[in-house]
Amino acid sequence: MAGLTYEQALERFDPVFGIEVHVELNTATKMFCGCANQFGAEPNTQVCPVCLGLPGSMPVVNQKAVESAIRLGLSLGCSIRESSRFARKNYFYPDVSKNYQISQYDEPTCFEGSLDVVLDDGEVVTVGIERAHMEEDAGKNTHVGGTGGIQGASHSLVDYNRGGVPLVEIVTHPIEGTAERVAEVARAYVATIRDIVKALDISDGRMEQGSVRADVNLSLRPKAAAGEDQSAVPFGKRSETKNVNSLRAIERAIHHEVVRQAELLLAGQPVVQETRHWHEDTGSTTPGRSKEQAEDYRYFPEPDLLPVEPSREWVEELRGTLPEHPAKMRARLKDAWGFSDTDMRDAVNADALDLIAATVEAGAKPQAARKWWMGELARTANDRGVTLRDLPVTPADVAELQQLVDAGTINDKLARQALEGVLAGEGSPREVVASRGLEVVSDDSALEAAVDEALAAQPDVLAKIQDGKVQAAGAIVGAVMKATRGQADAGRVREIILARAGVEG
Amino acid sequence: MTDWTRASAADMAAAMRRGEVTSVELTRAHLERISAVDGDVHAFLHIDADGALATAREVDAARDAGEELPALAGVPIAIKDVLVTEGLPTTAGSRILEGWIPPYDGTVTKRIRAARMPILGKTNMDEFAMGSSTEHSGYGPTHNPWDLERIPGGSGGGSAAALAAFEAPLAVGSDTGGSIRQPASVTATVGVKPTYGGVSRFGAIALASSLDQLGPCGRTVLDTALLHEVMAGHDEMDATSLDEPVPPVVDAAHDGARGDLSGVRIGVVKEISGADGGFQDGVKQRFEESLEHLRSMGAEIVEVSCPSFEYALAAYYVILPSEASSNLAKFDSVRFGMRVEKGNVERTMAATRAEGFGDEVKRRIILGTYALSAGYYDAYYGSAQKVRTLVQRDFDAAFADVDVLVSPTTPTTPFKLGERIDDPMAMYLNDIATIPANLAGIPGMSLPAGLAEEDGLPVGFQILAPAREDARLYRVGAALERALTDEWGGALTAQAPELEVK
Repeated sequence: MAGLTYEQALERFDPVFGIEVHVELNTATKMFCGCANQFGAEPNTQVCPVCLGLPGSMPVVNQKAVESAIRLGLSLGCSIRESSRFARKNYFYPDVSKNYQISQYDEPTCFEGSLDVVLDDGEVVTVGIERAHMEEDAGKNTHVGGTGGIQGASHSLVDYNRGGVPLVEIVTHPIEGTAERVAEVARAYVATIRDIVKALDISDGRMEQGSVRADVNLSLRPKAAAGEDQSAVPFGKRSETKNVNSLRAIERAIHHEVVRQAELLLAGQPVVQETRHWHEDTGSTTPGRSKEQAEDYRYFPEPDLLPVEPSREWVEELRGTLPEHPAKMRARLKDAWGFSDTDMRDAVNADALDLIAATVEAGAKPQAARKWWMGELARTANDRGVTLRDLPVTPADVAELQQLVDAGTINDKLARQALEGVLAGEGSPREVVASRGLEVVSDDSALEAAVDEALAAQPDVLAKIQDGKVQAAGAIVGAVMKATRGQADAGRVREIILARAGVEG
Repeated sequence: MTDWTRASAADMAAAMRRGEVTSVELTRAHLERISAVDGDVHAFLHIDADGALATAREVDAARDAGEELPALAGVPIAIKDVLVTEGLPTTAGSRILEGWIPPYDGTVTKRIRAARMPILGKTNMDEFAMGSSTEHSGYGPTHNPWDLERIPGGSGGGSAAALAAFEAPLAVGSDTGGSIRQPASVTATVGVKPTYGGVSRFGAIALASSLDQLGPCGRTVLDTALLHEVMAGHDEMDATSLDEPVPPVVDAAHDGARGDLSGVRIGVVKEISGADGGFQDGVKQRFEESLEHLRSMGAEIVEVSCPSFEYALAAYYVILPSEASSNLAKFDSVRFGMRVEKGNVERTMAATRAEGFGDEVKRRIILGTYALSAGYYDAYYGSAQKVRTLVQRDFDAAFADVDVLVSPTTPTTPFKLGERIDDPMAMYLNDIATIPANLAGIPGMSLPAGLAEEDGLPVGFQILAPAREDARLYRVGAALERALTDEWGGALTAQAPELEVK
């Protein structure tokens, strides 16, 4: 039954989903060695015998990563195990230097928590957290030749810079009862995780760089008949869509899987339990390896590492360092800033909340800060294809810019030019205003001269104004602004024109 | 002219301090000895004459300049090929690593370099330390200097044979189930497996991470203690390394050599002392005589029982292959070592491993892979870990009553090369007395107890102590060594047949 819509699919079926989020920690060094944990270096320059898995090398746990994992676990309401172990997950793949990944298996450090996720309309959904465990990231394969995939490639290159980068994997319990809001809840859940890791300052939370990555499990089951208990209906077979790496992609992937699975089920075909690859360009998924013949990872306790045994005192000390829950923080800021629901949602979706907060902190009024970040700067970021925080402008710059406007030093138009200068790396707003000579012309004699010149060029205008057609002054204001390259205060120019015409403004 | 290769490391160090000999002379003497006899013995896989002499020259120059030098500075040493050495080939006895030159030093290598000991070369071993005879080396077996037709023990047969053939006064070994102690036993040398965590494993190519321990090998108890102090101590690169002071092993060796063991309680472990048969008569005889010596020095000898030892061998042969199957996964041709190109990466990995690994390695990888597989894990790995706990409890109970435990190191004197190569079980049984110490993480020593009457071949005496009490091994070992060498009129190695010098 092709052509089914998402809404139609959810009229017939009840979705159950779960999400595994991998968070790359922003520790200075890798999980088990002293190599720098930094994105974007030349391939294989941040490697050592340990993360290359050379014979004889041994891992040592990065205590900062343990601290980050525990703080994250506490933020998710998890219990922290008094003694937890690392385990080896054995599988052969060239980007896994040792051909086993050091992870946690039956004794994750953080387990059984829950997270309140606030949807756009304020509805709160509580998501059960099964575990949050530490592990190391793999390296990165690049397939050369062909289409960039492994099929048809002439050879592959491996970059081990990412190998050994610390990760925390957060696994939810199956999430039921979200019905037609399933995609929204999934998106909001990942957004909340992202906000939390940023608030904790344990990850830069950049989904586009892969520092927060999601795998989405989804299954459908028939809707319970009226009066029957939906939770009594057994789960269907699930697919696991790997590497869904933006909030929008999460929604799209869920839409796609809901429709795909519903179509199969309605056609009487089984849903295969398998991993699937997400394709951003087509908004669709394709099958990966089948879970039915899943690899046996032969987990066993990592004998090269001692158990992780955080003291109760330390855990409590870390609990004291936790920031406010992002949803609570948002409610507080919305109140303090006097933003509308829409303003707030747009700012959150644009990932601009902390930028606005920092701008307000630097002295700008909230609405002004919002206007800059969500207007001019959002457009620029969009044009450049980067995120707001990638722009070469700081909240302090924005606050300074607004101060210059408020003080009448520049007007809005000049402020945009000043911002352009800041973005071009010409210095702070004040410096750009000075170097580009952008101050508003406030010297009346200069303005009067410009007005007289404009009136002389358009002699009929003065008569029109004197006839009561005051709006005709606009033409002269425009001419003066042009003559002063926009640096005049338009209001003052208008006053001078009216004074010249001998009428009241 | 003195043949310095026959001297102890302690005597060499003292002679250098007195200016009677230089490190260059000592190093050259050993390199010449290696040239003369190693064609027959094959203790070495790689010899670094230039590197060793360069270190020796530096030490001599430093001594001439009046510099303060470490105790063993200038004394040459051999290193088992399991330990990575920057710039020196390291193969772990496997063809899969042929030609690999490590870009880094293991911690023990660093400590040996810091102790300014010339490194003569890398010694032969069973491939990845899997074996009791060196017959599983990818580069051909080592021959026992006592009888070139016989095994030198394994996996560290190269290190032990180098000592017995006077090719080196000291050597580094590694002991996962007896690979230091059993070779020491069958070559009439001394070998110590320290407490687990006492010596850093960083840079030791892993066989079974929870059992492996690097340790010192020498011809005398004191020499072994001196090397133990060089190797041991906390290392932040090894998470399982003990963060405690090194036990006073050299003091203990001096103390023991005074021959007074009053107040020391020694337990003979019934299960590994041949009480139920399976041990060669000559081995039991020399063991009993050693007990008499200990008694005569004031020690009290009692029999103790460790009933779980019955299952130790079986548990060991589940845990070891399980860990090894994972540890050896990295040998895949992608980043280092041999590569057999076969179209795609998967086939290349498989072909490389098929060609690069020997049969014993493959046997254990298959065993371990099976034991860790879903559905079998609890029955095999899980049960083996339980046995391990029981073995530890047996030791705890025994050590609550006695200071050290003793047994023959091996059930027999060295067997003939080829004799057990097709019978893995017979080979495995050779380690029955040494394996429990690895399962429990406790320290153990083997030292010469004499020659078996029936074949004139070396018998080893094993001493075991509680974890962290390595010093006890040296005290009791040095006392027994003194009593026996008094009886023999010198070291047992002096009685070894002269090798043909070529």
